[in-house]
Amino acid sequence: MRNDTAMDRHAFRFAGCDLVALGSGALWWPARSLLCVSDLHLGKSERVQRRGGGLLPPYDTRDTLTRLSADLDRCDAREVICLGDSFDDLDAANALSETDKQWIARLQAGRHWVWIEGNHDPGPVELGGSHLTELALGPLVFRHIATPAAQGEISGHYHPKAALRTRGRRITRPAFLLDRNRIILPAYGTYTGGLRSHDAALSRIMEPDAFAILTGPAVHVIPMPR
Amino acid sequence: MELPDAINRWFTDRGWSIHPHQRAMLARAKDPATLLIAPTGGGKTMAGFLPTLVDLAQTPRAGLHTLYVSPLKALAADIRRNLETPVAEIGLPIRIEDRTGDTSATRKKRQRADPPHILLTTPESLALLVSYEDAPRMFERLQRVIVDEIHALADSKRGDQLMLALARLQTLCPGLRRVGLSATVDDPTAIARLLARHPDPCEILMADPGPAPDIRMLETGAPPPWAGGGAAHAIPAVLDQVRAHRTTLIFHNTRAQAEIFFHNLWLANTEGLPIGIHHGSLDRQQRVRVEAAMVRGELRAIVCTGSLDLGIDWGDVDLVIQIGAPKNVKRLVQRIGRANHRYNAPSKALLVPANRFEVVECLAALQAVMAHDLDGEPRGPGPLDVLCQHILIAACAGPFHADDLFAEVTTAGAYRDLDRTEFDRCLDFAATGGYALRAYDRWQRLVQRSDGLWQLRDPRSAQRIRMNIGTIEDTDTLKVRLQRNRGGKPLGEVEEAFAASLTPGDTFLIGGQVVRYEGLREMTVEVTRRADRKPKIATFMGTKFATSTQLSARILDLFAQEDWPQLPSHTADWLALQRRVSRLPERGRLLIESFPHDGREHVCVYGFAGRNAQQTLGLLLTKRMEDLGLAPLGFVATDYATLIWGLEPLLDAAPLMEPTRLREGLDSWLAGNAVMKRTFRASATIAGLIERNTPSARKSGRQATFSSDILYDTLMKYDPDHLMLDITRREALRGLVDFSRIEEMLQRVGDRVDLLRLPRITPLAAPLLLEVGKVPVVGVAEERLMAEETARLMAASGLDTMPGTQATAGS
Repeated sequence: MRNDTAMDRHAFRFAGCDLVALGSGALWWPARSLLCVSDLHLGKSERVQRRGGGLLPPYDTRDTLTRLSADLDRCDAREVICLGDSFDDLDAANALSETDKQWIARLQAGRHWVWIEGNHDPGPVELGGSHLTELALGPLVFRHIATPAAQGEISGHYHPKAALRTRGRRITRPAFLLDRNRIILPAYGTYTGGLRSHDAALSRIMEPDAFAILTGPAVHVIPMPR
Repeated sequence: MELPDAINRWFTDRGWSIHPHQRAMLARAKDPATLLIAPTGGGKTMAGFLPTLVDLAQTPRAGLHTLYVSPLKALAADIRRNLETPVAEIGLPIRIEDRTGDTSATRKKRQRADPPHILLTTPESLALLVSYEDAPRMFERLQRVIVDEIHALADSKRGDQLMLALARLQTLCPGLRRVGLSATVDDPTAIARLLARHPDPCEILMADPGPAPDIRMLETGAPPPWAGGGAAHAIPAVLDQVRAHRTTLIFHNTRAQAEIFFHNLWLANTEGLPIGIHHGSLDRQQRVRVEAAMVRGELRAIVCTGSLDLGIDWGDVDLVIQIGAPKNVKRLVQRIGRANHRYNAPSKALLVPANRFEVVECLAALQAVMAHDLDGEPRGPGPLDVLCQHILIAACAGPFHADDLFAEVTTAGAYRDLDRTEFDRCLDFAATGGYALRAYDRWQRLVQRSDGLWQLRDPRSAQRIRMNIGTIEDTDTLKVRLQRNRGGKPLGEVEEAFAASLTPGDTFLIGGQVVRYEGLREMTVEVTRRADRKPKIATFMGTKFATSTQLSARILDLFAQEDWPQLPSHTADWLALQRRVSRLPERGRLLIESFPHDGREHVCVYGFAGRNAQQTLGLLLTKRMEDLGLAPLGFVATDYATLIWGLEPLLDAAPLMEPTRLREGLDSWLAGNAVMKRTFRASATIAGLIERNTPSARKSGRQATFSSDILYDTLMKYDPDHLMLDITRREALRGLVDFSRIEEMLQRVGDRVDLLRLPRITPLAAPLLLEVGKVPVVGVAEERLMAEETARLMAASGLDTMPGTQATAGS
């Protein structure tokens, strides 16, 4: 990975592995050349519309893939794990435009690509890559939803965000949550909201000494607000 | 139209005679449109309904005869009660019902099948009614529609929506006659144009305005402070007035000010006079209780906001007090009208300036009231977001032809000049989303059939469209409840952003009591009464009104006087000092002061363009100053001036005020601005891009919804010419950004810009330093602030030394 002194990442050790939280919301494992992203929600605007909701700007898939391409270019990852809810639902996956499908295929070329199943996409999709419910790699286990007793667990699902009250203003950003047992990734997809780290669901599952890594142009590590 | 004996007898039995304007309304019963302008308490409502009663008395028949629309739910219910009494006493076979958001579903259903003779409703409920497939049947016998308090609707999108609904009704019942009832306004013809079907004529009837109001400035023992809006100095004098009157309404410009004032009033109210508080953020139950106590005459005063500008006639109010400068003469006159609703008694009102500058503003407002010089900004053409919603409503009612709908829409006054291209863009937006990338062909919302008619692709979507009808802006608020105590009594609402700024133990004011924040549970703010700290003030939304152009001009005229015998000496001396050390701002010139103060350089621009425009000017000027190397650090804006501080002195005003540069700056600045995002959210919600309500949502967690800012950013990036962005820009420019008043100011002053370089801060500029709402000039500052705070937090918690948190080298 290039540009090692940048502010837009935070490197840390977790379950004996050296990992890097990127400002984009992706998790980078240099030793395995593995990039992990969660909750892409590709096809969200299409699904909202199909179900009779508002006609959202249909640029979310394009935007999410643009950012993912940039991360992949930057890291030159050999392996990619999408941690579930990669598609807003299975029909949305199938309804992706030809352009977007080819784009994903180009990203997959020459890489080992894993789709972990999420609650939005609980089955295989007609796209390349392996489809797994979870994946163990060395001391780490990758699954969509965090489980209470796990160790070395990397998950997504909650779309965590955290707020920092500075003297100027209050700033809220999507955030990684991190403690000695688990990492919860922020949502990577463009049309995704966030769940405050204060929420009981997150406060319950994270240890008292958990951190939040706020994403953005520069990443910031703070004790997890709760 | 002759008065039937039964009705005549009813009037004479009570020793009443019919007001001339009531008779005039009767004479014009067959006119297509009539606007009646009458003071409150002038029998305005009766004037509106009399032709209906007469018609139904002479020719009794079934079916909906008259539709009454008011901006307030409470008013609809109140009018029903007030109308039922005479109808019963005269013995007329007339059924009267109201229909609002509070009406039960079964009753609503029955009303559609078997409508009453007179239906009282709100613009939103009417929009919903016209969206039903059976609307033609329900309205087939409709003769008249009465729009009450039309002056309050004329300035808002609710009014635009109402007029589009009336255009729809007029197609269903071509003989429909329209009546508008209005309080005193600056431009009756503008309202008449809005009311009548274009190009029908609309006669304007002016009722006797009654005696001139008795209005003065309240004399207080202590002089008002230099800045701020609390008016704490006036508390003893206000209490004296409350004591000396039966019932007093104490109006405030913002809810937060009302809360603070009520709190202070209560602390000083040692004899325990019954005083209530009423504003739009309080729980409905609580508001209803205060209203009921008021009607029963149990309260000596109510501290209130615009929430009591309209509505129920309270005959017992004998004094209106306005705290803070009224900002707008028209609204002041309407507020004064809340006192003494009896027809021939003068209304009594007192103005209480909250700070030194407002003394001048209040004097200017008094002079304007005396001169009957009401202000009003002409409203632009009908907004397109409301039109987009109307197109969806039309589609819910059934298939339509684009040409027909266009013809119908352009009969609404506000849309009479609507361009067909604009209409087609709105139709395309409603149908497909109107994106450059045509992605939704399969899931279009509206489809065009082979016979050319447009219809909903999926009829089930009608339900979702109906759930989102309305144009009232829905800021994100959270309910405030007492923690578990007595079943968690609801107190009211605060803005989500305010709630997010609270930490347990913080205290704030709501409904006049200090409460302690305990925590957030299921999106409800839980509080207790264990308040032991000075309250933080709840930042309620609620409009910050800008001083009107006319009022600003009057203030400048006051400045031009030799001396100021009408002003209290503390204020007159202040102005005289300003004239001596600098000069006073003049009409037709722009005064800019430049001076060092407290180790920084300051620039004060007296634009008198109103708060919103001065705020925008602050943003544009600091950007220009940045380009000019003057290193601005921040600014603050009021209705009359913008004060900017920075590192370098301003010595030449010409490059700063160049209109073309300012306009260019506006374009680039607007794009990333929070005002734009807020405006986008409001318009996108009205236009149907964002759904406020969905069948399943509401209780689900918040991670499901994402911020409308993301949609805005996405459109800016991939589809910058999209209709929604055009609408947003237009709305922002005439709303919060108010660039039109900057343009107007630039035109007014031309090159007559006076830059005065002074050795120290001036008397007129000094109060600005005390103003709240200072805006820092940011750029990279946000990341810097975060880094600072991060380091502090980590150090404070001792976590910065723990393994696993330090960056590992060479990752």
